[in-house]
Amino acid sequence: MDVLGDLIRWLTAPEQWSGPAGIPARTVQHLWYSLVATAIAAAIALPIGVGIGHVGRGGLLAINLSNLGRALPSLGILILVFTLVGFGVVPVLVALTALAIPPIVTNSYVGMRSVDRDVREAAEGMGMTGWQVLWRVELPVAMPLVMAGIRTSTVQVVATATLAAFVGLGGLGRYLIDGFAQRDLPQVLGGAVLVAVLSLLTELALGRVQTLVVSKGLAERSAAAAVGAKVQKAA
Amino acid sequence: MTDGPPTVLAAELIRWSWIGDHLDDILDALLQHLQLTGLAVLFGTLLAFPLALAAIRWPPLYSPILGFTGVLFTIPSLALFILLIPFTGLRIGTPLIGLTMYTLLILVRNMVEGLRGVDRDVREAAQAMGYTPARQLFRVELPLAMPVIMAGVRIATVTTIGLVTVTALIGWGGLGQLFLDGFTLNFPTPLIVGVVLSALLAFAADLLLVSVQWGLAPWARGRRS
Amino acid sequence: MRRIRLGSAAAAVCLALLVAACGGGEDALQGGNQPSDRSSVIVGSTNFPEQLILAQMYAAVLEKAGVDVTTRLNLGNREVVFPALEKGEIQLLPEYNGSVLSFLNPEATAVTSEEVNTALAPLLQAKNLVALEQSPAEDKDAWAVTQETASRYNLRTIDDLKPVAGQLVVGGPPELKTRPAGLPGLKRVYGIGDFKEFKALDAGGPLTVSALKKGDIDVGRVFTTQGVIAAEGWVVLEETKPLQPAQNVVPVGRTDAMTDQVKNALNALSAKITTEELTKLNAQVDVEKKDPEQVARDWLTQQGLI
Repeated sequence: MDVLGDLIRWLTAPEQWSGPAGIPARTVQHLWYSLVATAIAAAIALPIGVGIGHVGRGGLLAINLSNLGRALPSLGILILVFTLVGFGVVPVLVALTALAIPPIVTNSYVGMRSVDRDVREAAEGMGMTGWQVLWRVELPVAMPLVMAGIRTSTVQVVATATLAAFVGLGGLGRYLIDGFAQRDLPQVLGGAVLVAVLSLLTELALGRVQTLVVSKGLAERSAAAAVGAKVQKAA
Repeated sequence: MTDGPPTVLAAELIRWSWIGDHLDDILDALLQHLQLTGLAVLFGTLLAFPLALAAIRWPPLYSPILGFTGVLFTIPSLALFILLIPFTGLRIGTPLIGLTMYTLLILVRNMVEGLRGVDRDVREAAQAMGYTPARQLFRVELPLAMPVIMAGVRIATVTTIGLVTVTALIGWGGLGQLFLDGFTLNFPTPLIVGVVLSALLAFAADLLLVSVQWGLAPWARGRRS
Repeated sequence: MRRIRLGSAAAAVCLALLVAACGGGEDALQGGNQPSDRSSVIVGSTNFPEQLILAQMYAAVLEKAGVDVTTRLNLGNREVVFPALEKGEIQLLPEYNGSVLSFLNPEATAVTSEEVNTALAPLLQAKNLVALEQSPAEDKDAWAVTQETASRYNLRTIDDLKPVAGQLVVGGPPELKTRPAGLPGLKRVYGIGDFKEFKALDAGGPLTVSALKKGDIDVGRVFTTQGVIAAEGWVVLEETKPLQPAQNVVPVGRTDAMTDQVKNALNALSAKITTEELTKLNAQVDVEKKDPEQVARDWLTQQGLI
């Protein structure tokens, strides 16, 4: 199938790799939109998810609002904000941030709630203030889920940042829109492959970060449990 | 840098008369949205089932199928639809094939995880009781896998409702068509109607499917799905 | 027990919706193979306001002539819509002779209306398509700058761009970069070198309009009949050399769907559409935000066509 040949030719052509319309430049733009949006989303969503999880009230409301947020169509938000504020990065950032918030809220809340009641009570019994309980006890335990939420969000945002091209900005989505307009299917295919690869790499990279960030104590605890189980079986 | 006259903010955000005049267009869009979503989830489920069974029956297929579906999912939907146009043009095949593919990806994973999650002990008990493989599948394994499968159907449905709006860029779109109308005419009303309706649709579908999930697997209600 | 009843009820509702969605409402699922019935036509359009107005006009006069009309409007750009016409998924499009010609033959160099129509006819015939009679109305591709930019760089004609192109950002549809009548044409015919930057936006659509308004681009691709040009006081740079082909509004349809009934109705309409009229109608939609269908019908009633 010559399509594959055309695709490879497109991907390996030297023009693709230099200049403002080249793959590196567009990838950087794409990542910029994604990371800025996820950062803003985290700044909004983490306090909400963690806060509500710590207090323990309003969780149902938060989860349901979060689900409603998941139902919002990103393309629609993009076009709506564009129609209100015009050309620029704002429509893209708003749409992507809206997409990134729900998974972070939900996962942070569930993570915080998963802390054993006994552990919390023990900490309070030791005289820890609310803040200390949150930072020293709850957050570390909630970390795996919090990280999972951030990971899910980021990967989703990276896959969706192609939207930026729809309102005339850059990023890897340009290959889709331009390829379509210029009737250059290898370009469309190339763009698709690049986005897919970038999403996968993001997923893998954040997986590494997650292993690094999750407290060694938690990792050790599960390792200890495994050893304990082995000992019991042998006995 | 000239800041042009705020033509959009001066115009009303919602012109109710527009909605009144275009009720039939709005309903047509909603109906198209429901049809595309319904058909995609239906076909996705029908196609996912044999694939999931194959992955269970022949464990070597398990990782490749999961890996493959995981990778395909990262392909931007717009690209997929664009690439289908030379083959199926403006006919319903273009959006439907793409949408079905995405639901398929979600459902295969959930079906496999669900069926695999059935306790080995339960399966062995059924075999000991003399159940044929088919009977075992339908009367024991599937019902037990139901919570996870339904969770997949829920995610697939809500995702599809969102993806249908993207098909507006290739001549379809359901409620997404209203987005484009608002964009082309630089007029917020159809946009807002489209966004609100598609969000409500997704939310309602999720609620509906949660009740189905409850009903079909009451014993699993305690579990977090 | 109550839970199971609720669950079954919900399941039943789901199933019913699914069946209803698949079974009923055939209209919303159009796009399937319509029978090529002589007295029925599917009118399509691309995605800018003028197209919506023209398509609604075609639909209205055809209805008046007793033809069964279905509309599939705002489908996207020509890349989506023209193949649909070629495949018979739609049967009639409001088009512009110069644009169709360069779409079908990117190397075409015809410029006057006569040359364009002559070059176009055999290309269309090869695809079982036919162009009906053209209108006097022309909607040409053009370059616009804001008043400010025009005064700052002393811009009146396209030649005036030559010395300052390197300082200007130009915006237009992605295909502008590759089409002979686009940026390559500026280089070839006017000797204008590279601009500071090319932003791929849309063809005179909301992206280009907003970017030009906000100063994110200095020169934008617009269409001469757009209402926003006058509303914003933009300066359309004069053409001094032949580059842009003629762009008469012309109905392009599938030969088998263009019956005499259809042809007569459309030709009568085309004769009455002038550039001034079209610009006025566009302004009503672009600027006054009136509904395209309403604008089309009001005008047709005024003209005694429906």
